[in-house]
Amino acid sequence: MTTNTPLIEMRGITKRFGGVTALDDVSLQIMPGEIHCLAGENGSGKSTIIKVMSGVYQPDAGTILIDGKPAGVLDPVKSTAAGIQVIYQDFSLFPALSVVENLTINSFLHEGARLVDRKRARAMAREVLARLDVDLPLDAAVETLPTSGRQLVAIARAVLADARLIIMDEPTTALTGREVERLFRITRDLQAHGIAILFVSHKMREMLDLSERLTVFRNGRKVAEGPIVNFDEAAITHAMTGRALEVGHYDAPAAEGAPRLEFRDVSVPGHLSNVSLKLWPGEVVGVSGLIGSGRTELALAAFGMLPPATGAVLVDGQDVTPRSVQQAIDAGIAYVPEDRLSEGLFLTRSIRDNSIVSSIRRFAPGLGLNRKAAADATREMFDGMAIAAPSPEVAVGTLSGGNQQRVMIGRWLMTGAKVLILNGPTVGVDVGSKATIHAIIHRMAREEGLAVLMISDDVPELVANCNRVVTMVHGRITAELSGDTLTEDALNDSLRLNIEVPA
Amino acid sequence: MSAQNAWWKSTEAMVAGILLLAMVLIGLVNPAFWSLENLFSLARSNVVIGIMALGVLLIMISGGIDVSFPAFAAAAAYLVVRAMVDWGWPTGVLVPFLLATLAGAAMGLVNATLVWKLRMIPLIVTLGTAAMARGLLNGVVGTSNVNINKYPKSLIEFGKTDLVTMTNAKGATFGLPATVLAYLGLALAIHFVLSRTMIGRSVYAYGAAPEAAKRVGFRTGRSLIFVYVTAGALAGFAGLLHSSMIWMANPRDFVGWELDVIAAVVLGGASIFGGRGSVLGTMLGVFILVMIKNSLILMGIDTTWQRVVVGAMLIAAVALTALRDRKAIV
Repeated sequence: MTTNTPLIEMRGITKRFGGVTALDDVSLQIMPGEIHCLAGENGSGKSTIIKVMSGVYQPDAGTILIDGKPAGVLDPVKSTAAGIQVIYQDFSLFPALSVVENLTINSFLHEGARLVDRKRARAMAREVLARLDVDLPLDAAVETLPTSGRQLVAIARAVLADARLIIMDEPTTALTGREVERLFRITRDLQAHGIAILFVSHKMREMLDLSERLTVFRNGRKVAEGPIVNFDEAAITHAMTGRALEVGHYDAPAAEGAPRLEFRDVSVPGHLSNVSLKLWPGEVVGVSGLIGSGRTELALAAFGMLPPATGAVLVDGQDVTPRSVQQAIDAGIAYVPEDRLSEGLFLTRSIRDNSIVSSIRRFAPGLGLNRKAAADATREMFDGMAIAAPSPEVAVGTLSGGNQQRVMIGRWLMTGAKVLILNGPTVGVDVGSKATIHAIIHRMAREEGLAVLMISDDVPELVANCNRVVTMVHGRITAELSGDTLTEDALNDSLRLNIEVPA
Repeated sequence: MSAQNAWWKSTEAMVAGILLLAMVLIGLVNPAFWSLENLFSLARSNVVIGIMALGVLLIMISGGIDVSFPAFAAAAAYLVVRAMVDWGWPTGVLVPFLLATLAGAAMGLVNATLVWKLRMIPLIVTLGTAAMARGLLNGVVGTSNVNINKYPKSLIEFGKTDLVTMTNAKGATFGLPATVLAYLGLALAIHFVLSRTMIGRSVYAYGAAPEAAKRVGFRTGRSLIFVYVTAGALAGFAGLLHSSMIWMANPRDFVGWELDVIAAVVLGGASIFGGRGSVLGTMLGVFILVMIKNSLILMGIDTTWQRVVVGAMLIAAVALTALRDRKAIV
């Protein structure tokens, strides 16, 4: 299947943005028809090299060879002409246009067509979907399709445009398990048709299951490369992060005094029924369950966004049952939502502005802002959270997912919160950042007596970071695992049980 | 576009439904509505606002908005008529209309350049160019109307050409003006361009997702130039057409028309977020707007109150389409 001439070979690519070196003397080879995985943490240079290949960025140094011949400086037109197609995370589709049109519009465009030949467009669309063995409604507007459907349209469009190399940027992020299986099948199909795939990912299972070769980037450099059989999970993690990850339990200090946070028979019609749960200072308690099981609603009930109909929420033994977000904050409850980009952060503002926004009253007792106090507090948070940025003045939008999450958590800690509720704390965060975030959460819990409620569907994450985990089904707590009974297998069993026998 | 969704669920069908309902209601209140004379007069009122709406439709599909077309229309019409009166050139019908169209296109090119090259917000650009067009016209060329006594005879003849002429009960004649054909022809042409040509599709693509359009390889600058120049040309043409239908050239004409035309286009289902809209919908939207204004006049409602009604219709239509678009995205 593979010949000896790489389809694309990148030698010594360097790319700088201002003072930051995004790619430092990086080489990457992709053979025709191979499935190649590019792994690396956020900010390792994965996206940058994709943009160099697609001609969006021009490298500062290095050469690119296509089919063994120097390709000169690539631009988007040259790159597509060479058969390189990128499936971006946003798919770059036209939402209001039909599937047929989305599939065929760039083929027509590159033919230099002036008119739209609708019959031919339909035939082309039918043919390519048949080739991929997928069924999509041809005349539906793309916006009416689910994410997986839109991704298929983007892939089929790349195939129609005579792709020889399809680059998929984190393609499984928004897919369910079955959809991932289908994507894998299609990827192997494409390979059978001689199309090479560059799979960009930071998920272990995908790399190990799907790819033939692996290249690992770290901090803009290539740190490992080779056939996938030479790697296992530990080796990849080590290459990606530069350190071995320790997996262990979190041991909470012994429970004493009043619970920091207590749900007492909390009910919200349609969402929660008679939920009781106590968290003592220093505890990290996990909540697991399917979407719709009430796990998020539990957080919202504590944060005043879904006030309980009956029952009470107590902090340090005081009934604080919040009716609004402001009451929850005043009671010392902090909530980091799952979708931090749309619900939590002001992307164009600085880290400092984002940090002080929830504790603004502390720094602005009267009309004016006490800039010195705000800057000092931000600096302290910035250092404590180990945020990787030149200064607290940079815009939050320029940070990686892991660092954004640290800003989110740090912001709440600045409010003097006693209870921290995290929803999907490490969704979209890479391995190394995950570890740092977990370490920070543990330190805060242990040293400052914070009670942490961690909502997640990442079983290994819960097992490694919580001292107790409860599972929820239909708005009720159905099981609690702790100490020796808290293992990945036990938690998986408990979740599976919940699916098969609804309470 | 979304032909898979049954046709009766399409925006156009909904707008047509509203139109029919309104026609039935108005007809019940005032049976004179269905008289041929009234229908012809309605058709006549559709022409100028309809042609302008086609231009605004293009710009709205591309994700922009235009408030300069009334100024461009007034300027193009007045310049051409003034030249005909003062210099005796151009003469006839064809050349004047060609010149008015070109003048509008040239002004549209200014909009296009500012929007494309300087990446400025279309609303601000067109507000500015509108003010400048009106200011320059009144300051440099003049402020006095060209009235019927001086108005070029060729244009008067053109403006009163009827396709069908009839006599009503009182013995007065009325007819269906030939200018309706110009409107229908242009609508057909724009419909063809929008739905069957790559440049037309590029307008939808750019309006829906500018970044994606660039990545796919559309020359988006060309799409923008096409949109703004065509809208300017349509405005220039409509300006002179209007002038020839009322036998007068007023350099301060079309004040406040942006409200009516934008309301009509939005009523017709075009999205203020870009990427959506059709010629058929726009024509229906124009018809609804004209008909309701016409009925308000028949009911003897004051013009100031008409503006309240049109403003309310605009906001209701924007709210409805925004709701539709948001629903579609989720």
